[in-house]
Formats: sequence, structure tokens, C-alpha cells
Amino acid sequence: MIYDPNWGALAVFAVIVGFTLAFSFYLGSRARSASGFFAAGGGIHWFVNGVAFAGDYLSAASFLGICGMIAFYGYDGFLYSIGYLAGWIVALLVVAEPLKRMGRYTFADALNSQFQSRGINLAVALSTLAVSIFYLIPQMVGAGVLVKPLFGLPQWVGVVMVGAVVILIVVTAGMVSTTYVQFLKGSLLVVFTAVLVVLILQRGFTEVDPNDPTVRPLQPQTLTKTADGRKLIDGELQGKREGEHDFRTIGHVLDLPGEEKSTGPLGPLEFFSVLQNSEVILWKAGAEQVDENGDRTIVYTPQPTPGNEILRPGNYPSFKGIRSDRFLDKLNFVSLMLALFCGTASLPHILIRYYTVKDQASARKSTIVGIASIGFFYILTLYLGLGAMTSGAMDVTDTNMAAPLLARSFSPSLFAIVSAIAFTTVLGTVSGLIIAASGAVVHDLMASYFQIDMHEHNKVRVAKIASVGIGAVAIVLGILFAEMNVNYLVGWAFSVAASANLPALVMLLFWKGTTKQGITAAVLVGMVSSLGWILLSGDTYKAVYHLDPADAIVPFSQPGIVTIPLGFLTLIVVSLMTKSGRADRSESAEALVASN
Amino acid sequence: MVGMDHKPASAEVHDPATSARNARIGLMLFAVYLSLYGGFVGVNAFAPQRMEQIVWGGLNVAVLYGFALILSAFVLSLVYGWLVRNPVGGGSRDGKGAGQ
Repeated sequence: MIYDPNWGALAVFAVIVGFTLAFSFYLGSRARSASGFFAAGGGIHWFVNGVAFAGDYLSAASFLGICGMIAFYGYDGFLYSIGYLAGWIVALLVVAEPLKRMGRYTFADALNSQFQSRGINLAVALSTLAVSIFYLIPQMVGAGVLVKPLFGLPQWVGVVMVGAVVILIVVTAGMVSTTYVQFLKGSLLVVFTAVLVVLILQRGFTEVDPNDPTVRPLQPQTLTKTADGRKLIDGELQGKREGEHDFRTIGHVLDLPGEEKSTGPLGPLEFFSVLQNSEVILWKAGAEQVDENGDRTIVYTPQPTPGNEILRPGNYPSFKGIRSDRFLDKLNFVSLMLALFCGTASLPHILIRYYTVKDQASARKSTIVGIASIGFFYILTLYLGLGAMTSGAMDVTDTNMAAPLLARSFSPSLFAIVSAIAFTTVLGTVSGLIIAASGAVVHDLMASYFQIDMHEHNKVRVAKIASVGIGAVAIVLGILFAEMNVNYLVGWAFSVAASANLPALVMLLFWKGTTKQGITAAVLVGMVSSLGWILLSGDTYKAVYHLDPADAIVPFSQPGIVTIPLGFLTLIVVSLMTKSGRADRSESAEALVASN
Repeated sequence: MVGMDHKPASAEVHDPATSARNARIGLMLFAVYLSLYGGFVGVNAFAPQRMEQIVWGGLNVAVLYGFALILSAFVLSLVYGWLVRNPVGGGSRDGKGAGQ
């Protein structure tokens, strides 16, 4: 769709983003040491850190991706909400306090606290970089999504804008400002999402007239990209001028229960029971057809769908397998849910937030605050997605646009505020990821693995240079992956994190036989196997290589159910083979206790 | 503003007894949640038609079970926070007393 810039909305957007940046720079001027840059000096209050957890975690995937997935496919997007939240139980009950006790700046500190092994530093630094970059891609894609309707600019401009602003934030500030940006953004995101849900419930559902000549809700739409670079919509040149044509907005209720044409305000539970008995028009994108001239055409077809099918799992293409008899398809689903469960407590940018508070009790309390904020938000996502699905404002070509367009269906001002919050959402998450990645480069790779002697000031300077490089990589990848649902991409990041990091962390905490070689091998095997699995999967064949997914080498797309156990198995086998490493561990542990 | 001064964190003394108690309680509650989550994933994967059944207030199993999982995560986190609020052997709250 073509979007016209709205200057009023732009002004509101500029004020919110400008305030966030000014706040960030002010705080950044106060952080000079490496401890200040990477861990905010361990002086963040637990409540602030808890809300900042929400700010960090509720990324573009949660806000744009889940909402879009629910808006286009129904309940399936909510499965991500459930999995993402469940992962926090692992973080709180298994990981939070020991991690705080063992680490200082980075995740590698914790894994290496009893070994002082360069191999662990190298392996964890590489896995941190891999996970951070995988996680950065959807954030950058989300940034591009936001800029399209707000500025009327192409997606790649949004990606470059976010990349540039985030690099500026991280280079001038570090963890202190990142924390407060995340606190601010986490609070705003939860509050304004709640406002949106109240408005959705107030609006209720209204039937569309199937014969409305403007909406034409049951008429297919076609997009043709001609060989000479033009875009045709339903056979006419795409544009807003006379004789040109653009996509019609979608998202309509075709039939409500009983004779009523509009429900009026609905209660929070009534919302689902009414939808359950309604019929909604979903849309399906057909496979791209190429004709003899080289023109490529996609047909979008309306699919009237009963509400009870919308509120059940198995509509999203990747989840359809749970309704089949094919065991591997069911395993693919279980694998994803396992990765979401295990992934949260393995994400480097989340784990380093435990070092920003003063002690284990604060780590615990901030996690509880995080669970409350994040859980509340995830409950709202189901309303948000279904509200978008029935808002009549969706873009048939882009699932990621659902939340901002839902806000625009209420008012341009709300659209501006929601877009600004979503933009700061991306800024906050990307900042955290870049800090985690730059910490891995400087602290784990350069200082610990290569043993380059650096003063505090130099560490910060090199970290800032690394931030620029990582930001540039993120910009390029954000442009390359522009057409994928951001939520789905984050699912991959969770798989890599859970496979590479969780086995080492859990076994270190609960098995005395763990050796440094075991940890190093588990991290490397988990990372390489999960990355390899993803690159050889049917989903990647289809979405990235544009090949037939049936030719994929691995039997299903989500790696977690294979690669997470593989990480555990690798650690156990290698640790048993290198039993002498245990002596290293006990000596180091004694030294560590003595130093306290 | 609380937390804005960013002074270096005070060195926390490790109390093995408290850590062991917290880990034990954490794992017990984790097992409770894991069984709830595992049940949800299992039903979705192997009996998805059950998720469509209307059970209460016009809501189906999928919506109710999903909300219940999110709410139970919050409840369990509060239970954990309450059970481990004091260090082993008494003392004041949040690790400021004996043994901490």
C-alpha cells in the first residue's frame, strides 16, 4: 500500500522520540567506566530494572509481529505470547540469582566464573554475537515497517534511520541510558497497549456490507510486478493519482451472531464469545506466478472464516501441521514451543540486565516485576491482534503493519503515539542487543580470549567502535529480510540462544561434573547445529533462498527439539571425557570464594 | 531519583544455605509450571481439536488455557518471591540480615 505522510502525527512522533534521545544522551554523559557502560555500575533500582526488562523484551516481535500474526491468522500468534512469557519462569526460578552471583559484565563471566577458560570466552562470545545479530534482524525489519505509514518512505529508510539513531545512543551512552530508555518505553508500551484494548472493546464489532463498492470485501486483489519495474494493482498502475489504483484495506467481520449489525461496546470475555460465533474475512496470499514476459503476480484472496476456527491453533502456515497426521509437523510445533520456553533465559541482552542491579534479591524482584509487566502485555496482545483483524484498516501485503494501522483506525494522534512508542521499542531493544554484542567483542574476545591489555577507557572506546560495526551489519540484514514476519524471525533467535547457551548454564548450576571443555563444546555445538539446522530448513529454503521447501535437507524447520538436547548431550559426553577439568573447577571455585 | 546515582554495587556475600534453599524452591515451582506448559503444548500438538471446545463463558480451551498459563506464571513468581524473602537462619528481608 502507498502511505501519505501525516504531519501532525509526525510532530507527535518527533517529540516523543526526541525526548527519549535527549534523556538518553543526558544519562549517557554520566557513564564513563566500563562498569558504567556495560552494567550501569550495578546501581539500577530493581523496580526500574524490572520494567526495563519489559522494555528490553517486548521488542518489535512482540508488538508488531505477534499482533500481525494474530490479525492475519488468529490464535496462533498468541502461542508466541504464551511461549515468550513462559520463558521468564525459567529465568526467575532457575537462572536469575546464580547468574547475578557469578557474573560481572557479560554472560561469559558467569559461565567462566569457576574456570577462567579462554575457550569458554571465545565460544560464548561467538554465540552472543550470533544470537544478538539474529535478534537484531527482526528489530530492524520492524523499524522499517513503522516508517512506511508514518513518513511515506520506503522500508529501507526506516532500517537505516533506526540503525543510525541506535548507534548514536549506544556510542554516546551505554547501559545506563539504555536502561532508562527501556524503562520509559516499557511503561509507555504497556500503558498505551491497554488504552488501545479499551478502545477495541468500546468499538466492538460491526458487520461489513459485502456489496460496498469501495470496500469490496469479497473481491480478490492482485499485485503484479512487471519486468520493467512497475507495480500494478488489479491490473492498473499503483498510485494515488487519477487512473491509478492502490490496495483496498482489509479486516472485516462478515457476519455477527443473530440479526445485529453492530455489537456496540463489549466486555473482555464477551469479546471472545461474540467473535467465536461470528464470521470474519481473512486473506490468503497465493504463490507468486511468473508469466512469459517475466511479470510476477500474487493474488490475495478473501477467505470468510468462522470465528471458532480463528480462535483455535493451526491456521498459521507453519503451524498447520498440528492438524495433520504427520508426526514431524507436530514435532516442529513442539520444537518451537520448547525453544521459546528455553530461549528467554539464554538471551544475552536479557541476561546482562541481571548485572545492572546490586544483588541477588534485586535480581529476583526485578524479574517478578518484569513477569508482571510482560504477562499483562501478552494478555493484551490477543485483543490487539483480533481488534486489528476486525478494524478494516489492515494492509493485505504486510502482517507487521497491523498494530500501527489498528491505532490509525482510531485516530491519527493515537497512531503517532503508538508508532513513536513502537519506534522507541525498537531503539531500546536494539540498543540492548548492541551493548550485549559489543560487550562480547571487547570483554570476552579481546580482553579475555586474546588477552589484550586494555584500560577501562580503552575498553569503552573499543566497545563503541564495535557497536558501530554491529549496527552496520544489522542495517544490511534488516533490509535483506524485509519481507519476513518479525515474530517468526525472533523464534529463530530463541532457538539459537536456547541451543547454545542454556545447556551450559543449567549444567554448570546443577552438575558438579561439568568441565570447561564440556561448556565450550556445548556452546559451540549448540550454536553451530541450530544455525545449520535453520539454514537448511524448509522455511529458509522458501523465504530466503526461494527454493522448494520440499527439497530442504532437515525434516522440519524448528531446531530446538534436536539441538537443545544435543547441547546437553555434548556437555555431558565431553565433560566425562575431560574429567581432569573438574580439578580446575574446584580450585577456581575456592579461589573465587576466597577472593570474596 | 532512586537508582540514578549508579554507584558501584556493594559486594554481596554469598550464603550457600540460602542459595540452596532458593534453588530447591525454585526447582519445585519450575516443575509445577513445566507440567502446565507441557500439557498445553502437548494438547495443541497432539489433540488440537480439544482446544476448540467451549468450556466456560463462551470461551474455548485455547483462550482459557493460554490466559491461565500467563496468569499462573505471575502467581508462581509471587509465591517464589514470598517463600524466599528471608535468608536461611532468620535476619531481615532481602539479604540484608544474617548470612547475607
